[in-house]
Amino acid sequence: MKHILKILVNNHPGVMSHVSGLFTRRSYNIDSIAVGVTQDPEISNMVIVVKGDDSVVEQVKRQLLKLPDVIEVEDLAYHDCISRELVLVVVKVEDSNRTEIISICEVFQAKIADLTKTTMTIEFSGNTRQVEHFLEMMQKYGIQEIARTGQIALKYRST
Amino acid sequence: MPKTEAKISGARLMVELLEEYGVDIVFGYPGGAILPFYDELYKSTKIKHILVRHEQGAIHMAEGYARSTGKLGVCIATSGPGATNLVTGLTDAKLDSVPILAITGQVATNAIGTDAFQEADIYGITIPITKYNALIKSADEIARHFQEATLVALGGRPGPVLLDFPKDVQTELTSVRKADKLKIDPRHYQKPPIGGDLDSFAAALNKAKRPLLYVGGGAINANASKEIKELAEKGNIPVTTTLMGIGAFPGTHQLSVGMLGMHGTAYANKAVLECDYILNLGARFDDRVAKPGEFAENAVRAHIDIDTAEFNKRVSVDYLLHGDLKEVLKALIPKVNKVDRPDWVGFLDTLKKNHPLEFDDSTDTIKPQGFLQKLYEKSKGKAIVSTDVGQHQMWAAQYYLFEEANRWLTSGGLGTMGYGLPAAIGAKFGNPNKTVICVSGDGSIQMNIQELATIAMYKKGVKILIFNNNFLGMVRQWQELFYEERFSESEWNYNPDFVKLGEAYSIKGLRISNKSEIDNALEFFLEDDEARILEVMIPAEEKVFPMIPAGKSQKDMIEFSDTVRAGKK
Ligand SMILES: Cc1ncc(C[n+]2csc(CCOP(=O)(O)OP(=O)(O)O)c2C)c(N)n1
Repeated sequence: MKHILKILVNNHPGVMSHVSGLFTRRSYNIDSIAVGVTQDPEISNMVIVVKGDDSVVEQVKRQLLKLPDVIEVEDLAYHDCISRELVLVVVKVEDSNRTEIISICEVFQAKIADLTKTTMTIEFSGNTRQVEHFLEMMQKYGIQEIARTGQIALKYRST
Repeated sequence: MPKTEAKISGARLMVELLEEYGVDIVFGYPGGAILPFYDELYKSTKIKHILVRHEQGAIHMAEGYARSTGKLGVCIATSGPGATNLVTGLTDAKLDSVPILAITGQVATNAIGTDAFQEADIYGITIPITKYNALIKSADEIARHFQEATLVALGGRPGPVLLDFPKDVQTELTSVRKADKLKIDPRHYQKPPIGGDLDSFAAALNKAKRPLLYVGGGAINANASKEIKELAEKGNIPVTTTLMGIGAFPGTHQLSVGMLGMHGTAYANKAVLECDYILNLGARFDDRVAKPGEFAENAVRAHIDIDTAEFNKRVSVDYLLHGDLKEVLKALIPKVNKVDRPDWVGFLDTLKKNHPLEFDDSTDTIKPQGFLQKLYEKSKGKAIVSTDVGQHQMWAAQYYLFEEANRWLTSGGLGTMGYGLPAAIGAKFGNPNKTVICVSGDGSIQMNIQELATIAMYKKGVKILIFNNNFLGMVRQWQELFYEERFSESEWNYNPDFVKLGEAYSIKGLRISNKSEIDNALEFFLEDDEARILEVMIPAEEKVFPMIPAGKSQKDMIEFSDTVRAGKK
């Protein structure tokens, strides 16, 4: 099962290798990792998506909490968080299918970021499921390159 | 930040902080990138610096010092090769939870990252093997890093920390002598409150008919021997210890069943199979002890530890309590029933009688087991014993009993050959009035044998016992049992003359090979507070039993008597 870990860490160099090193050393597989600074410039928010059953993820959490630079670890369940991933994808286009691709992008509310005679670079953001789905739709036109950011996530607020 | 005080150099500040902290001994080796620090150390009247012959020696000495005194062990190295020589020791200290502060020199900050002469990214290298580490970027940060590092090293589950100290930061002036705010969370050094439900925990223990205490190195770090004895005696609960837990409970106590695990006693391992409740006190269900899914599978399993990451890591437990072991036991003991368990304790007494530690003592050759029994008798309770890694280590664990904690120094987690001699030296510096014995093998001793010079230079009365089987004995044992006697690269065709080698350093020595020589040799070995080398020739085919083959469980234990029956003793 996939887990989304939201990890608050001290924002200074080396912390990233402390955290990611812990994952490689214990051979926990990282699906994606995204880091950015929070409203407090001294603190960064890392979002790490890991696969594993609950007991494995519990181990990961406890090991993370042992790192002096880790302030807080929260396991966000998919249903109670808003998660987003940004993807840039380059697909091949021909005159015959250009409008078709554009209308698919409209449905998905994806943005066309660049266009050449033979390619289209599309920008799409959504949760992982939507991103996967969108990429699947693009598959048949021939994907030439993909860049994905990895997921970021925040918990839903209750008022 | 308080700016009133006069400015001093970073190196001066570091030395003053060490002094204020109460550090009176450090083990190290100088070099270019740490020279400003050494220059300040030269002026210190409070800190004695022990000059070693290899940085690995320095850190193992700091470990031996820390383990035998309960204090912080401090070691110093220069940048690059000096720092990387600490890597094995840091890993060792991490796995065995030893509080170590390593201070390394680093090239000047403007040269960092340029592949400068003697530059190594020791900060990056040691991330996975330290509890805390930092590259100090300015002299104003020294005080904070020092405070954080020492708190973390000794707090919670102890461990090694490293401060990497660039040369220009050592000479930079600062007036910041005290951190106004620590950056790390107090949970990394403060004692945690007791976590978990004491009542249901106690109830499960009270329900047990055949309980067993399984005590690890954490018990020694928590200084919980007194409480463990109280708990064991109140509930008449037999006690087994791990290799790291030796000494946490008196080895001669009637309720002691000795060490468990791969080379534990048969009765300890059988007790694990027979118990209906097992209480882990500061151990980690290490793979030399516990096979997940098969360890004490018929028992209720309970665990008390200061490190929550150890809960359910390898073996799942039914009850757990988080906290400092001493505090938790203090709270738990009043809730534990006073019970006599004549059946269970009697059953284990019978096991002890029927499955003792055994070896064949019928020849004139010296058997290490018998020799260690004699050594134990001659030095009973008084000696601090360090070991290297191999058969000799396991024999010492089996045949030398300890009444007290902090007397047994061995590399348990990492199994570091080369640990024994420097650890013994460090222990002797910390305990000048105690007998300190290093038990080693002809292989292991050669891994840090250069530290004989340190013994000679400081006239330290360390006793060095070398069991010489002209083999990497433990490797040979595995090859004999599991690789059809293909002794690939485990036989030595060449050993130095250890006695003569000792003489080269003015250390007196003796070699014996016949049983009749043991008594005199031990007298010579222990007679006064001088260093001695005793080389004991033993048969190469001697093996350590009982043995649970790697990856197997208590059920698969091979005893000495099994091999006799099979005609291959
Ligand atoms: C640094 C290091 N290298 C290799 C090993 C693997 N190893 C474990 S025991 C052993 C043999 C030890 O031989 P010796 O010191 O002569 O002791 P004996 O087993 O003969 O008592 C070896 C090579 C180790 N533990 N540590």
